[in-house]
Amino acid sequence: MINARGNRLNAAAMHGALIVYTLIALFPVFVILINSFKTRKSIFREPLALPDAESFSLIGYQTVFKQGDFFLYFQNSMIVTVASLFFILLFGAMAAFALAEYRFKGNTIMGLYLALGIMIPIRIGTVAILEMMVATGLVNTLWALILVYTAQGLPLAVFILSEFMRQVSDDLKNAARVDGLSEYAIFFQLVLPLVRPAMATVAVFNMIPIWNDLWFPLILAPAEETKTLTLGSQVFIGQFVTDWNAVLSALSMAILPVLVLYVIFSRQLIRGLTSGAVK
Amino acid sequence: MTAMSLSNVNKSFGDVKVLRDINIDVEEGEFVVFVGPSGCGKSTLLRIIAGLEDATSGDVHIAGTQVNDTPPSKRGIAMVFQSYALYPHLNVRKNMSLALKQERQSKDVIEARIAKASAMLNLDDYLDRYPSELSGGQRQRVAIGRAIVREPKLFLFDEPLSNLDAALRANTRLEIANLHDALKTSMIYVTHDQTEAMTLADRIVVLRDGRVEQIGTPMELYNNPVNRFVAGFLGSPAMNFIPAGFLNDGDTRTLGLRPEALQISDGGALHGTVQHVEQLGGDTNVIARIKDVQFSARLFGQHAIEQGQTIQFGFNPDQLFYFDNAGARLYDETSARE
Ligand SMILES: Nc1ncnc2c1ncn2[C@@H]1O[C@H](COP(=O)(O)OP(=O)(O)OP(=O)(O)O)[C@@H](O)[C@H]1O
Ligand SMILES: [Mg+2]
Repeated sequence: MINARGNRLNAAAMHGALIVYTLIALFPVFVILINSFKTRKSIFREPLALPDAESFSLIGYQTVFKQGDFFLYFQNSMIVTVASLFFILLFGAMAAFALAEYRFKGNTIMGLYLALGIMIPIRIGTVAILEMMVATGLVNTLWALILVYTAQGLPLAVFILSEFMRQVSDDLKNAARVDGLSEYAIFFQLVLPLVRPAMATVAVFNMIPIWNDLWFPLILAPAEETKTLTLGSQVFIGQFVTDWNAVLSALSMAILPVLVLYVIFSRQLIRGLTSGAVK
Repeated sequence: MTAMSLSNVNKSFGDVKVLRDINIDVEEGEFVVFVGPSGCGKSTLLRIIAGLEDATSGDVHIAGTQVNDTPPSKRGIAMVFQSYALYPHLNVRKNMSLALKQERQSKDVIEARIAKASAMLNLDDYLDRYPSELSGGQRQRVAIGRAIVREPKLFLFDEPLSNLDAALRANTRLEIANLHDALKTSMIYVTHDQTEAMTLADRIVVLRDGRVEQIGTPMELYNNPVNRFVAGFLGSPAMNFIPAGFLNDGDTRTLGLRPEALQISDGGALHGTVQHVEQLGGDTNVIARIKDVQFSARLFGQHAIEQGQTIQFGFNPDQLFYFDNAGARLYDETSARE
């Protein structure tokens, strides 16, 4: 009896805390969304009011679509984010597998070297990176961004994934070897599915900073045809006047794709956790 | 023809020698059990035969061919692991068919072999389940099924029963024995359980600290162990070791006496104080103490014996074993008296 009631109280408290947290976390998003559908005046007069017949306006969205090539920016951001994530996961997992699975000279040193990148912010090397990109002619291409983001994401990916790969049982890999799977097949068909939750974690951790980054697009690819969404939205924020309608509309639309990617990855995460994977 | 032979196999991990100078032959159709205490190198030896580990020196032959540099999948072996090692993301059918698909067998062959194996192991109802939806015993059967479908020349088992409870272990042990009778394929089976070794093996290889202590049929090892280690390792309860001086003043040897060789007899040579009595119904185990040496006797039937009473045991002198202080067997039974 006492136990059951205790559980129910616990559950209520837990849900309460989670609901409060959700509200706090969603509040800014909510404010951005409602204000993106209002006229400039009503944004400032009553920022928290829902749009009504009088204050409703699509002016922000119209500006965004007229000004600049919004769809191109959107596409650029998407390509850069998805390609970077792909390379981070692929190369990160491969390096992690080698470090976790094979005994070779310098294994530990190599692991430490790869993990060092977690502690050193890549932006310190911006000037050198820019020089390199100029030398290789990659400035103002999406490749410049993809390469930099891949490099930025790899250390943490290798670190997390190698930890998880060490936990995949040796017997399982040996059984696969006896069954005639090549090392590549063991990696792709056996180990990768088993560390899928870890892959999803790495993807989510890397996705948001890449999507939102302003620094590298501004420095490495500011040309009109390679602008990312974040960089493209900056045209509405001026030194003296800021077109809030447009900024809020651009932001609202920028949230969507991240949301979709997040849902995809978190599905994987949950499925991985509940499949009773390793044992 | 020998199904598998190891000649002068050594294995070191860095500076640590794990296996020393191993020579073993397994005949066609034979069931050979490697037995020994934990850490003696049984699994390492099995992994060397499978090709999952390279020997530091020495040769491995399977079915007459040297396979030192052949990858595991090409050696004609199949292996069953202690932890089952089923692929968690594949269902039972796919677990069993994976190796055959790698060999590019035709669909019909795969179907037929799975049907045969699953009938043999009563797995028909579970073919579409995932490993996480099976009990321990069922998982072990799937692991065995996965080995059977490959139709190997040699089966390797690494402690396949150690994760099962006692009743299931006895059952599965019988199933493996039946399997061997049905398939007539050579099998190598690793265990540290002497009962499994005695009941399953055509021949037993006793290992200690990376060395072969003795090879022989279960009864050869039981009746004629070459040293104290083998004598104490096989048989349950284990052989008693008693300083010969207790019975024979001045004798420095050690006597080995099997618990089942002792009978209660008034005026018997061995007398001690009863410490504990285990009534098993069919058998009675008496644990007694002579001076500060504990020994046990296994008596047939039920006996009313009290804790603390003194008891006298007799035995047939033919059933005595003698060992020197280093544990080596002494065959000349009258000498060594000082
Ligand atoms: N990869 C390795 N690196 C270093 N030492 C190892 C390695 N694998 C095994 N060993 C050592 O080799 C010895 C034999 O190990 P092995 O696993 O063969 O023992 P085992 O007889 O199978 O024992 P158990 O009955 O506990 O399974 C042990 O002392 C172990 O510590
Ligand atoms: Mg072992």
